[in-house]
This record gives sequence, structure tokens and C-alpha cells, in this order.
Amino acid sequence: MKKLIAVLMALCMLVSAVCLFASCDKKDENTLVMATNAAFPPYEYKDGDKIVGIDAEIAAAIADKLGMKLEIVDVDFGAVLTGVAEGKYDMGMAGITVTDKRKESMDFSNTYATGIQVIIVNDGSPIATLDDLWNFDENGDPVSLKNPDIKIGVQQDTTGDIYSSSAIKDWGFNDLNEDESIKTDRVIRYKTGAEAVAALKSGKVDCVIIDNEPAKSFVAANEGIHILAGDNEYAVEDYAICVDKGNTELLDKINKALDELKADGTIDGIINKYIPKDGGAQ
Amino acid sequence: MESIQAWFADLAADFRLNFIDGAMWKWLVQGLRNTLVITLFALLLGVVLGVVVAAVRSSYDKNREAMALHKGFGYYLFTFINGICKLYLTVIRGTPVMVQLLIMYFIIFASSRNDILIATIAFGINSGAYVAEILRGGIMSIDNGQFEAGRSLGFNYVRTMIYIIIPQVFKSVLPTLCNEFIVLLKETSIAGYVGVMDLTKAGDLIRGRTFSAFMPLIAVALIYLVLVVVLTALVGVLERSLRKNER
Repeated sequence: MKKLIAVLMALCMLVSAVCLFASCDKKDENTLVMATNAAFPPYEYKDGDKIVGIDAEIAAAIADKLGMKLEIVDVDFGAVLTGVAEGKYDMGMAGITVTDKRKESMDFSNTYATGIQVIIVNDGSPIATLDDLWNFDENGDPVSLKNPDIKIGVQQDTTGDIYSSSAIKDWGFNDLNEDESIKTDRVIRYKTGAEAVAALKSGKVDCVIIDNEPAKSFVAANEGIHILAGDNEYAVEDYAICVDKGNTELLDKINKALDELKADGTIDGIINKYIPKDGGAQ
Repeated sequence: MESIQAWFADLAADFRLNFIDGAMWKWLVQGLRNTLVITLFALLLGVVLGVVVAAVRSSYDKNREAMALHKGFGYYLFTFINGICKLYLTVIRGTPVMVQLLIMYFIIFASSRNDILIATIAFGINSGAYVAEILRGGIMSIDNGQFEAGRSLGFNYVRTMIYIIIPQVFKSVLPTLCNEFIVLLKETSIAGYVGVMDLTKAGDLIRGRTFSAFMPLIAVALIYLVLVVVLTALVGVLERSLRKNER
């Protein structure tokens, strides 16, 4: 009996010690925790063990304005969104596109950049133009796949994924979702864009749909692939910072800082540093 | 009372958001199907590989001394095959299954587009190594007197194995094998990393669409739990029926 009590007490001590350690890690009021997915050049990527890129620098400038310490957490893209919506992180900044569906679960700041979805294919691919990939409707919006055997590689949970996954309907994105012809198994979802590109190069998928700036980085870093030429303007997107739904206090501060940074040219400076003008920043 | 009602209403709304709206439960069904397919065929492949490797390894260990007396061609061939089996066990047990899966996907079967097949092969080869060692342990644990009894009854080595040793081995390794199958089932949850739509990935996708973590994760956890409980129950029935002759 004594032994049992001793063991129980030891367990209690262990548990309380663990709790103590866990609570030590509690959020510091003066730290701004930003969640990102550091595999999305030039917006955020790893340079050595540091996370750099447009979002990282803008976030640092915002934290500076707010007089807070910036802490960047690198997680999967989907975890950025869920983590912010669940209140685990203060804000998410990962080239996040504002969509109606996302607005239901989180609040977005003012836009600080825009992107478009582009398509990367292998050199010599049978997909030579957008018309080889999509059937378009009378408005010029893509509505279905030309060839049902085509496999599309995307980064999971990004707009490229949402956009391609039409079997599950009504994500508030566009008409593409109304069409059943692209089944879910035509869309192969990878954790990062780089993995999707690796799969494209070995022929596992026929094309990769991703935002244009990361696409340019991937094409520059890999031989034998190129971005499909053509008018992709149907998918222009606004990038913004997201915070937990209802956290207007932080959102107002971020918006104020963003406006000031825009006005004094800091944001343009950062964007131009990573995206040279002749590269055709959108 | 009202707060409890509100809580249930919240839960129901959460449930609708995560599974009913946009028919996202279909993803779970598709994921469950793929998980079951991968597990089942990986299990078959693992058992076949395991039986072959265990047979080679234990036969070699049991007969090495006898064969070493007159070192013929068979002895060297057997030593070579045994060496390959050992290499297989070392490599598979010495590297994480996640790495093996990525190697299979991006290097060995780089040009294949059948992702589920690749995942099945990767998990099957992985599981085979563990099954082999479980079986070998079972075979080696049978008292040598059983072999001697078989041989003195006029059975040769193979017949002794089939009629006397294997039935005893099967019974004693069943709980450990069941354990390995449970591990295999849960290990398939990493298949999502190579784009395979398994159960975990399905939950992941729902989470990425609804931005709520609770429902999809709990649902996926419950489905795995039910699968393992059913699997355990089935093995339990088998164990009991095998024990009938002991009464």
C-alpha cells in the first residue's frame, strides 16, 4: 500500500512538473506570433535556418511599428489557416489569398500584394496552351478538363487546390467548382509546392497549378519545366494577413501599420527587392 | 440546461460544417477505402515476404552446422540467400518507413502514376521485415525436441516444419502478428505525404477547408479506433478457436 502511494505521488509530481513546463511556454503578450509555410518563394522561404522573403520582412516591419517582438512559426499551409482560425497563432501570413470561404472563419487585413494562378508543365508537354488543358465557357472561365486523364499537382489547401478540386462543390471560388468532370482523384495534393514540382518532373502529374511568383522561382531553380503562357487573369487573387475571427483589435493595428508602410514605400521596397520589376510583378 | 442545449447545437453545426456541407464526408469514405485497400494488400505482401524470409533465416540457422560438414554448392547458395535476407532486414528495420515511402515514390517508382500501388508496395515491404522476425522468433522458440521427434517419426525437415512446427508457431505468434497488423494499419496514415488520399489525408483536407480542427481529427481518430477494435476482435475469435484442442 505504501509503495502504491509512493508511486502515485511520484506520478503526481511528474504530471505537475510537465504542466509547469507547458505553462512556461505560454504566449508572451508582447510577442506577435506569425504562422507561415516557408516553402513559398519569394514570399517566404528558408535561407539557411532563417525564414526570409516578402512576408517575413513585411511582418518584421509591422511588428516594429507595433513595438512587438516577431516570432515566425513554420508549419504546413493548411495548419497556418486552421491554427489562426483556432486562435493558436496571432496571425497568418503565407501569401494567403482572401476568399469568401476563408472570410467565414477568419478576418483579413488590407491587401498588400496580388497573385495569379499559373500552370507549370514539363517542356515538350502535350499541354502547350491553356486550351489544351481546359474547356472554357462563354465568359472565358475554365469549366472542365479537356482530357479527363490529366492529373494536376497542387499544394494542399492553397487556392490552386481549391480551384482544381471541383468534385467538392461551392467553395465560393468560381464556376469551376460547379463542374463534376474534374474528379478529386485528378488532383494530387502535396505538402509543398516544391514536392508538386518534383512530381511533375518525374511525370507523376501533368501540370502544377500554383501562384505565379513561387512558380517563377521553381522554374528558375529547375530545368525542363516552364510556365504555360496565356491569359490567366480569371484567377487574380489578393494576398492579405489573416487573424482570428473577431480579433479586431489586432486587425486594426495591423491595418494601420500596413497603411503607414504602404505610404512610406517600405512595402514596395520589400516587394521590389524580391521581385525585380522586369520580372513582371503583378 | 440551456448551455448544454447550446453546446449540442454548436456541435451539430460543427458537424454539418465539417461533413455535410459540400458533401465532404465523401472524402472520408474515399480515404477509408484507400486506407483499407493499402492495408489489406500491404498485409498480404508483408505476410508472403515474411514467411519466405523467416523460412530462409530459420532453416539456415537450424541446418548450418549440418551443412558446414560438407561444403557443397548448396551451402554457399544458402549462405548467399541468407545474407540477402539479413541485408533486407537491416535496411528496412534500420530506416523510417516515411523515408522508405518517399524513396519508393520519388526514386524507385518515379515514373509510375499509380500512387496507391506504390504505397502498398512500400508498406508491404516494410511490414514483411517485421513479420519475418516475428515468425523466426516463433520458430526458434519451439523446443528442439519437437524437431527430433518429427525426424525420428520419419518426417524430413520440410514435413516436420509443416506438420509439427508451423501449427505451434502460428498459435504462439498470433498476438504479436496482430500487433504488427495494427501498427501497419496506423502507419498507412503517412501515405498522404505522397499525395495518396488516405483516411488521415481526408481529415486533413476537411480541416484545410473548414479551418476547424476538432471534428475532422476526432472523426478520423474514431474511425481508426473502430478499425483496430474490429481487427482485434477478429484475431481474438481466431485465437479462441485455435485454442480448442488445448482443452
